[in-house]
Amino acid sequence: MSDTKKQEQTSTHKIGIYLWIWGLLFVLSFFSYMVDWYQFQGMLRWSLILIFMFLKAGLIMAFFMHLFWERYALVNVLLWPMTAIACFIFLMVAEFEYTVFTRIFYFVVGG
Amino acid sequence: MSDPKIEGYTFKPGFKGMAQDTGSDQTMFKGVHWGKAMMWIFLLSDTFIFSCFLISYMKGRGSTLIDWPNPSEVFGLHVFGVDVPLLLIAIMTFVLITSSGTMALAVKYGYEKNKKMCGWLILFTALGGLTFVGMQAFEWSKLIHEGVRPWSNPFGAPQFGSFFFMITGFHGTHVSIGVIFLFIYAYKTFKGHYDEGKRGWFTTIKGDYVEIEILGLYWHFVDLVWVFIFAFFYLW
Repeated sequence: MSDTKKQEQTSTHKIGIYLWIWGLLFVLSFFSYMVDWYQFQGMLRWSLILIFMFLKAGLIMAFFMHLFWERYALVNVLLWPMTAIACFIFLMVAEFEYTVFTRIFYFVVGG
Repeated sequence: MSDPKIEGYTFKPGFKGMAQDTGSDQTMFKGVHWGKAMMWIFLLSDTFIFSCFLISYMKGRGSTLIDWPNPSEVFGLHVFGVDVPLLLIAIMTFVLITSSGTMALAVKYGYEKNKKMCGWLILFTALGGLTFVGMQAFEWSKLIHEGVRPWSNPFGAPQFGSFFFMITGFHGTHVSIGVIFLFIYAYKTFKGHYDEGKRGWFTTIKGDYVEIEILGLYWHFVDLVWVFIFAFFYLW
């Protein structure tokens, strides 16, 4: 067993995969900058921003932070709490819509 | 991934391993370096802090009736007689991604016990981080000079300033702390502390190249947060 331990510690991933991910991150960042450069507006802009953001975040987490190769227990411990954040986002979207509604309502109708 | 062996324990991959891990005796993540597990837990809690900042920013921006300042104009630069939108932010993004890439390679060379490459790459990462912080300082002073304050600004909704200083300031603090540790770890790598197994501060555990990976996790996280700030604060 001590042999396998040694092997595990010295075995690394090929340099190519890091360079590929690095290059992809550059390209994706360039694309997301182009979204602003060409001044896309509305749903197109927001969806493009989100797509590039999630792709970049996914690549960084999966390959640079090695989550792709990690044990499932760790991956699950990290990713499930994110659903709480998603819930919080939905709650706060409802909240700001309500705030906007009351502000407009009272500015128009008055106290 | 470093897996110090535990007597009478073999790790199973896949969902079986997950069930075994979460239902295991005494400790979870058996065989994972404790520093790595704790760094992940810390990063998870840090994710929640940054999420709270970004969500409160979303709430503030969504509920104001005054127009939000246009980020591509506010953060634009005037170079060679042309107005380039978001130029500084784009350069900062590329610098941070570059440093993230060199850090990933440093972790790789660390596990291969290639002391020189690992050390130089960490040093390069630190310089990238330093450049980033420098450009952020320039950006802050530029905006402060233009009259942006946490309570008001000349461009639009007054909430802009407080969210800007809070979010980028907190991220910049993370980068600065990371840079300090990168310099320390570069020194320790060049000195060969991880080859000799020299002990660090406050610990009786021997030094190992897994520490480079733990530092790398933190640095990649800083880059990860910037991806979200870049998307939501600067591009949206």
